[in-house]
Amino acid sequence: MNFELTDERRMLSDSLRRYLADTASFEAAAKATEGETGFDATLWEGIAEMGVMGALLPEDAGGFGGAGFDLTTVFEEIGRAGAVTPLIESGVLAAGLLAELDPEGQAERIESAIGGRVLGFAHAEPGARYDLSHVAATAEASGEGWRLSGRKTVVGFASAAEAFVVTARTSGEAADAEGISVFLVPAGTEGLSLRDYPLNGGGRAGELVLENVTLAASALIGPEGAAHEALETVHARATCALSAEALGLMETIRGLTVDYLQGRKQFGKPIGKFQALQHRMADVLIEIEQARSAVINLAGHLEADRVTRERHVSATKNLIGRAGRLVVEESIQMHGGIGMTEEYALGHFAKRLTMVDHRFGDSDFHLERFIRLSAA
Amino acid sequence: MDLAYTDEQKAFRDEVRSFLAEKLPKRLSDKVAGGKRLTKADYEEWHAILNDKGWLGVTWPKEHGGTGWDAVERHIFEMETTAARAPRIVPFGINMLGPVLMKFGSEAQKAHYLPRILDGTDWWCQGYSEPGAGSDLASIKTTAERDGDHYIVNGQKTWTTLGQHADKIFCLVRTSKEGKPQEGISFLLIDMETPGVEVRPIVLIDGEAEVNEVWFDNVRVPAENLVGEENKGWTYAKYLLTHERTNIAGVGFATAALEELKRIAGREMSGGLPLSQNALFAAKIAQVEIDLMAMATTNLRTVAAAAAGQAPGAESSMLKIKGTVIRQEINALTRQAVGPYAMPFVSEALEEGSNVEPVGPDYAMPATQSYFNNRKLSIYGGSNEVQRQIISKAILEL
Repeated sequence: MNFELTDERRMLSDSLRRYLADTASFEAAAKATEGETGFDATLWEGIAEMGVMGALLPEDAGGFGGAGFDLTTVFEEIGRAGAVTPLIESGVLAAGLLAELDPEGQAERIESAIGGRVLGFAHAEPGARYDLSHVAATAEASGEGWRLSGRKTVVGFASAAEAFVVTARTSGEAADAEGISVFLVPAGTEGLSLRDYPLNGGGRAGELVLENVTLAASALIGPEGAAHEALETVHARATCALSAEALGLMETIRGLTVDYLQGRKQFGKPIGKFQALQHRMADVLIEIEQARSAVINLAGHLEADRVTRERHVSATKNLIGRAGRLVVEESIQMHGGIGMTEEYALGHFAKRLTMVDHRFGDSDFHLERFIRLSAA
Repeated sequence: MDLAYTDEQKAFRDEVRSFLAEKLPKRLSDKVAGGKRLTKADYEEWHAILNDKGWLGVTWPKEHGGTGWDAVERHIFEMETTAARAPRIVPFGINMLGPVLMKFGSEAQKAHYLPRILDGTDWWCQGYSEPGAGSDLASIKTTAERDGDHYIVNGQKTWTTLGQHADKIFCLVRTSKEGKPQEGISFLLIDMETPGVEVRPIVLIDGEAEVNEVWFDNVRVPAENLVGEENKGWTYAKYLLTHERTNIAGVGFATAALEELKRIAGREMSGGLPLSQNALFAAKIAQVEIDLMAMATTNLRTVAAAAAGQAPGAESSMLKIKGTVIRQEINALTRQAVGPYAMPFVSEALEEGSNVEPVGPDYAMPATQSYFNNRKLSIYGGSNEVQRQIISKAILEL
């Protein structure tokens, strides 16, 4: 039993924290959200140069990490800085899925993603909510290749993607786990259209429509109709990454709020001297420590058997969702009006943390899933 | 980062398991599991079994006959013993007075009292709280006035847990009214057989007399029973509280209680289905289980830090709050689970070997008793509100 980071991870954590403290800011994130790609190009290049993406992928996929605690080391810092990047979409999900399905055949593509070229991850669909197996988009054999049609929703940083990793159904019904296949679709392919928009909490995404998109046979990645297991695996990692990012966001919010409680004076003394606020802040702190433990639990079980791993995915995401809401609402309340202004940092962190519960399943979704997995 | 035990720790866990399988009397584990009333003899029997193995002084160093275990080993022992439904080790002598004597007691006191704690000669109880001194412990009024080579003690202690079984009581007494309230407190050992000591039971809302009032009327206590220096008792009291707070998270108790809750929810029927399959109730169980999974790791993080030599500070306040909230939630759900059979109260059925039939399932009455009894969790050992004050001051620096 050991809760210390290894020396390598400690170094990664320290250098990433220093770099992000110098480079990332909530003002820059807000500006980038109004820009074309949704992220700050300088920040992203720096992250790629540091080899951060390599820490997210295992050695057989050209990376040098990929374990749960590699993910949490990186994403806790990303969260602490409130940085907006395509790391989860391009690195953990798109490149991660290519690495799961065909590491050798896709080596070049993965390497270019590690170097900072953005891959889009086009899986979720309108009406699917958080159900991973809900894929209504279809792929039909057509001549030597494939023809794809369907709609993909809230595809992160879509306008920056040089290609999309797209899920489509080659057999079965919309909610079946069987029959889901993965295709690589270069941006600009005929029949692909994108409606691009900004996101709450920073970043951009898009609604991707595929209309008779014609692809070569080589566009199919991995075996036909059998991508569900790999999808679940990369979503477990993405949930781990996002949960660690949420923890980092909580830590910064805690710092901002404690500073405010110490500095803001009313009735002739710092408002942090009032017990009503002290006890609320103590409860916030306890839940942040619970969130930290939940992140550790998930990271420590990412390599476990499927049911154990997924039980931890759902337990952690449920707790992160609840703790996140408490941290957001209490911190804004204890700040008062200033906590609601756009020009103060808290709003950016609070909105990002709120949006965490809208990705990869919210706390209720995962509570129900935890019950099902526990009964299995 | 590694959540798994080392091979050495796994071997130790196996050793504890096989010891429990071999030595824990089924009669005792049945009583604990069935929520029956444990007698003084039950606790003494279990203490003696542990002492034979050299495992009673869980928190003690080897030189005083203890185990010399580190925090991880103590944690493993706690998890295994609670899972096996062993009686708890009564903490007052072992976990509270023992460490204080080792640190602050005279050589004569150590030589005399420590072996008697282990062999069961003395059953200690704690004389801290008073009617006017609860969370504000420093405001105690029980006095000890020096009279030659004795102190004369007058006053009243309360909430004295299992004082009805005790031969001896360690007390905080006021020896000076000068200066701050904390500066006039001394730590005194008192024989309960001394004339003028009177114990009166307090029956709590679970129907049990677990706690007592202890009255002192001109009780003559030999001056050699003073621990450390006069008027330095507050320092010793605080030291004792840090030991009282080891295992404060109660992960073992919570885990056992959650298992019992699931077992009951699997048996109780609601609308033709086991309650465990009722969506609303299943969600409540799952929620507290998820909280417990995280809290168990929060606890292990503190345990690992303690094993690495860091003294637990205000982190134990976080564990106290979260641990007690979780245990109380499990107790509340268990009471809810038994439905109308939470209502009957037939005290005799709690006796071992009683012929009195319980009303409804045998787990129903203990479920309700535990719910009422464990309201104490968020009150004792520094109420949860006091713990929030500690967090606010020590960690948040507010």
